[in-house]
Amino acid sequence: MARAVLDARNLLCPLPVIRTQDRIARMAPGDVLEVRATDPGALNDIPAWCRVSGHRVLEAREEGREVVVVIEVGDGADG
Amino acid sequence: MAEKQRKAVALISGGLDSMLAARVVMDQGVHVEGINFFTGFCVEGHTHAIRRRDRARPKRNNALWVAEQLGIRLHIVDIVEEYKQVLLHPRHGYGQNLNPCLDCKTFMVRKAYEWMREHGFDFIVTGEVLGQRPMSQRRDTFPVVARESGVGDLLLRPLSAKLLPPTRPEREGWVDRERLYGFHGRTRKPQMALAARYGFRDYAQPAGGCCFLTDEQYAAKLADLWSARGRRDYDLDDILLLKVGRHLRPRPHLKLIVAREEGENRFLEGYRRRYTHLRTVSHPGPLVLVDGEADDEDLELAARIAARFSKGRAAPEVEVEAVPLGGEPRRLRVRPLPASEVRPEWYVERRGAGLLRRAAAG
Ligand code: SF4
Repeated sequence: MARAVLDARNLLCPLPVIRTQDRIARMAPGDVLEVRATDPGALNDIPAWCRVSGHRVLEAREEGREVVVVIEVGDGADG
Repeated sequence: MAEKQRKAVALISGGLDSMLAARVVMDQGVHVEGINFFTGFCVEGHTHAIRRRDRARPKRNNALWVAEQLGIRLHIVDIVEEYKQVLLHPRHGYGQNLNPCLDCKTFMVRKAYEWMREHGFDFIVTGEVLGQRPMSQRRDTFPVVARESGVGDLLLRPLSAKLLPPTRPEREGWVDRERLYGFHGRTRKPQMALAARYGFRDYAQPAGGCCFLTDEQYAAKLADLWSARGRRDYDLDDILLLKVGRHLRPRPHLKLIVAREEGENRFLEGYRRRYTHLRTVSHPGPLVLVDGEADDEDLELAARIAARFSKGRAAPEVEVEAVPLGGEPRRLRVRPLPASEVRPEWYVERRGAGLLRRAAAG
């Protein structure tokens, strides 16, 4: 199970979601991706995208001015 | 043998019409997935994220929200780069402001068509309604979108289908034409009734269109950018910055972007390394970015304007720190510019149609 970190800081929504989506398309089910963003909208948008795409959100929290979302890649992750 | 389940990709803008169109087709047993395009001009997300006064309201990406309501997957595609060609050289020109709607729709349908073939889907669904929008949703322009995008009769518009020639999905029985709709015109009543029937609430109802290019003030700022640079071009940062702050152009080569509140301050801070910028130090005040090459006299004027928008506007003197691009910070003591000397025509967003028309003529 690979674990990766995606730096989506200083990007405005929906770019953090797009970067997350494109990154996950290259990962395998069971892999874990940690996304860091600064747009507070990412705290809602990334988990929403995960829900419609069948990925599991392990964590979604604010850390100072950053948003951290940890995702477990689900099945059928073909972007 | 049972008909195989057909698959459609639906253009999801985040508004009600595309939401209904997707749902109508899902109701007929079609597998639907959504596609949403990010041009950089979308009204979505950013602006709400930037401005603090919007923070009280729950922020959401409307396209994602729609997908969640419908229970479908959503693919968001970044078309910022490719979209430049659409905006800068629209074959069919612009609508009321700098919105190249017909070319834009055609481009999005073409991209969706590419996606459709790559992913083995059967047809495309849009929420277009005949006569709803002056440029792209007319009886004579509907065929233009289908033809120029290359999708032909694989493009289904479920909300107006009954008023249009049958498409292949209808002819082949992938969908039942009888259970599609014949909406037309600018009224929103039939859509709202259908939304009520499906139990959709809280959907977004963008007034002018799906993007900032239909907004007169935004278009004026974009036209001003092109005319000041002497060429029609932009990058993503340019167009994001046009959504933020007051834009004042006191001299032809000098534009100031003045944050309006804390959220904008924070957003503009991200650009400090790339722009000359100023901030009042003796009094609280906004961050001001300078677009253009500023000499000492320009900086002095910028400092007086920064003071004007600070809490020290009534003070006899305000201290301002100016940080020239690639230079050392320096302190200036200035008299805030009196309100009467802030000329209305400096406000770029209030400059009108003349600039726009010239920009459009390119
Ligand atoms: S309003 Fe904007 S996004 Fe919508 S069709 Fe027109 S140009 Fe395209």
